[in-house]
Amino acid sequence: MKEKTKKAEKGIAIFFEELSKSPGLVTFLAIITGIILSGLLVAFTTIEVYDAFSVSFWGGIKEMFKVAWSTYSSLFVGSFGDPKNIVSAFQTGDGLTIRRAINPFFESLVQATPYIFAGLSVALGFRVGLFNIGAEGQIFIGALTGVYAGYAITGLPAFIHIPIALLAGALGGAIWGFVPGFLKAKTGAHEVIITIMMNYIAFKFTDFMINGPMQDPNEFTPKTPWIQESAHLTRFFDTPIRFHLGFFVALGVAFLIYWFLFKTTWGFELRAVGSNPSGARYAGINTTRATVIAMSLSGSLAGLAGANEVLGLNFRLVPSFSSGYGFDSIALALLGKNHPFGVVLSALLFGFLRNGSRQMQLKSGVPIDIVSILQALILAFIAAPAIIRTIYRLKKPDIEEESLRVSGWGGS
Amino acid sequence: MAPLLELKGITKRFPGVLANDHIDLTLEKGEIHALLGENGAGKTTLMNILYGLYSPDEGEIFVNGQKVEIHEPTDAIKAGIGMVHQHFMLIPVFTVTENIMLGEEYTKFGSFLDRKKAAAKIREISETYKLNVAPGAYIKDLPVGIQQKVEIIKILFRNAEILIMDEPSAVLTPQEVDELFIIMRKLVQQGKSIIFITHKLREVMECADRITVIRGGKVVGSTTPKEADTKKLASMMVGREVELKVKKTKAQTGKQILSVQDLKVLNSQEQFAVDGVSFEVKEGEVLGIAGVQGNGQTELVRALTGLLQPAEGNITILGKDTTKQKPRFITELGSAHIPEDRQKDGLILAFPVSENLVMNTYYEAPFSKGVRMQFDEIAKKGKELVKNFDIRTPSIATPVSNLSGGNQQKVIIAREFSRPIKLLIASQPTRGLDVGSIEYIHKRLMEKRDDGCAILLVSTELDEVIQLSDRIAVMYRGKILDIVDADKTSKEILGLLMAGIKPSDEMKKKFKKEEQIITT
Repeated sequence: MKEKTKKAEKGIAIFFEELSKSPGLVTFLAIITGIILSGLLVAFTTIEVYDAFSVSFWGGIKEMFKVAWSTYSSLFVGSFGDPKNIVSAFQTGDGLTIRRAINPFFESLVQATPYIFAGLSVALGFRVGLFNIGAEGQIFIGALTGVYAGYAITGLPAFIHIPIALLAGALGGAIWGFVPGFLKAKTGAHEVIITIMMNYIAFKFTDFMINGPMQDPNEFTPKTPWIQESAHLTRFFDTPIRFHLGFFVALGVAFLIYWFLFKTTWGFELRAVGSNPSGARYAGINTTRATVIAMSLSGSLAGLAGANEVLGLNFRLVPSFSSGYGFDSIALALLGKNHPFGVVLSALLFGFLRNGSRQMQLKSGVPIDIVSILQALILAFIAAPAIIRTIYRLKKPDIEEESLRVSGWGGS
Repeated sequence: MAPLLELKGITKRFPGVLANDHIDLTLEKGEIHALLGENGAGKTTLMNILYGLYSPDEGEIFVNGQKVEIHEPTDAIKAGIGMVHQHFMLIPVFTVTENIMLGEEYTKFGSFLDRKKAAAKIREISETYKLNVAPGAYIKDLPVGIQQKVEIIKILFRNAEILIMDEPSAVLTPQEVDELFIIMRKLVQQGKSIIFITHKLREVMECADRITVIRGGKVVGSTTPKEADTKKLASMMVGREVELKVKKTKAQTGKQILSVQDLKVLNSQEQFAVDGVSFEVKEGEVLGIAGVQGNGQTELVRALTGLLQPAEGNITILGKDTTKQKPRFITELGSAHIPEDRQKDGLILAFPVSENLVMNTYYEAPFSKGVRMQFDEIAKKGKELVKNFDIRTPSIATPVSNLSGGNQQKVIIAREFSRPIKLLIASQPTRGLDVGSIEYIHKRLMEKRDDGCAILLVSTELDEVIQLSDRIAVMYRGKILDIVDADKTSKEILGLLMAGIKPSDEMKKKFKKEEQIITT
């Protein structure tokens, strides 16, 4: 009997030991710590807190909690919906009321969708040792080619037109990724510089296209024509819910990338090149080809993010339509440890934060920037797990954490 | 009088390993104390404790009879202990002076660096110990041997009395090693004391005053070079009888496997690193390529394995022209390659053992079907090879980076030898390995030879080349000076050839090797 409890104790001890070493726990604690610190920041930037402190210390503390609570609860309501509202909406049984109540949740998923695509794009690059800063530009080109396939091709049924339009977006992004990949493989030009430059070209090229060749003749402002009804990504609910097929496509692509990277010989080769290029070359892997394929694939994923936005939400392309998805996705890929499933989870986190932050600003007057700070704090803790380990006195993992390996500036 | 340094009962546990188990060690003033042990025996852990990089779980450290607490390197430096690390801690774009004064800066006018004063002290140290280091030179321009001297000066600059040298010979050429030993002697004569960590028996016998052997985290014995012999030390280190000499039968050569004609290869500076080399290797023989590091061996091997395009000449492997072929074509012909730098070229360190074991067959059945990897088959093969080749690893899913050097090399050997191969190009196959692993690898190589495999052995260890080869080609400045029979040529003649001197007939007679008794 005694032995049994001892065994159980030992089991629990081992469990905690393992838990304290798992990288998942660090990620979780990083998020929690980020939330706590941002809460403090909100509290310290609120005048009411100081007023309360001038009255009494405990009153000040109480006020701090109140402010932080109201901030985060409005963030929650903004991203998931108000639980009370949802219950009462279902009680009324009115379709529109219900849809309005549950809309925040689905809107968060809508916001997360381009993040999934773009995050996969950057993560795939990292896995092959390439730093694709060009996701933003590839998004623009993907949107451009996607929207063109959306309005120029007519007379197709939706189940053919949608895949074609999405593929057109992927192809556009792939071309934009191929160029830096090819230059890197053939001339050793650093992909970071090339992709940054390709971003500018993409922005200006898009502007040119929607100001000229692709401008809707019936419009005075630069806009492309509306895409065909048959190219609209299917929506599953009536207004105001914008939740569309793109989300499931993103999940499917995430799974496909996972399968590709970890289950196929192609992925094996790419990961080998990413982990040790000279070792991969020695093993007979064509590193030049791997670099070109990886950049093209990475570009195509970002291109899908762009196509997803125009085919699922805007239905036409307007100037500067993407608001930094491509740049956020670098951080997001790191948060997701460059694993497709990790990317999906962190994309969801970013989507929910981004969507909730608007409500937060409206309800409690906390600026949207606080969400950026929250994201930055979480990322800082993820990037430096030592901080979290020190704060929470966690053990170091036995196996060294997979660190990001990106080739240096010397072109080596 | 109390000894200069005394370690008592030092114990250090890592998760799952007892790295140091109640180790006692004393260092007298003015002696070179060698700490001998295989890789992973716990030598470096012990020294890292002494230098304050790890803190011990148990045990005490005394300097001059006084108990000291060492928690950080600064504590160690205060106690007069300095360490020359295996991998140098120098900043390439700084000068010698700047590197040495880093952390111990001399200043003038309050906050300006006084390089002159520091340089003067460095010159003084350099002269006292005959180190010949120019204070103004940039580290990046200095050869490895000099860089090591800079590390030594760095320690002396901080007035250390005890020098810890962690595998100092690992990165040096034979000549530089000899020079290092002279310096170490000089240091000791001037009253310094040295702890010398190594796994090379020859070095211990040559330069130590006292030897302590560590195995599995425990001290297994202490001796002196006079009392001990290499065979006894080797068995103490490994824990069993070790065969230091390789058993070699007469080569049964067959048809020609590898033939190289007038090969010229450019290096990264666009110079002919390999400058018109011709030779051939037959079935069942070992052709050794001897030579001091950097005489074109690396480029030769890279050209043979398809990693570097030759500028001129021809390479024929198994009757096929492979001069301009890709690595995979050459591997698939039945050629295997043990690369010089196993961590950089031979392995993907972050990948598990099992995947490294199929690194050049992963795309073939049964390890993949179409594009789908068959991880069950890979695991099965991994388990089989780990068992057959005695690879010490916690599991086949462990990243190779967690394995010791010897076991990493075994992974490469297992991978290459488990394929049907007709040609083996082995480049520095035992570099940095301990006695047990060297014995193992030599045995495997000879087995392959006796199976009829053609072997090209490139090594800078002359002893290794002599022991294993049937014929020896000596490379000097990109050319092969001579190809000689291993049985009939003495070490002295080879040494001359390695230095670029073609011995005259008289010299050949003078150094004629007594005919070896060959067992058949």
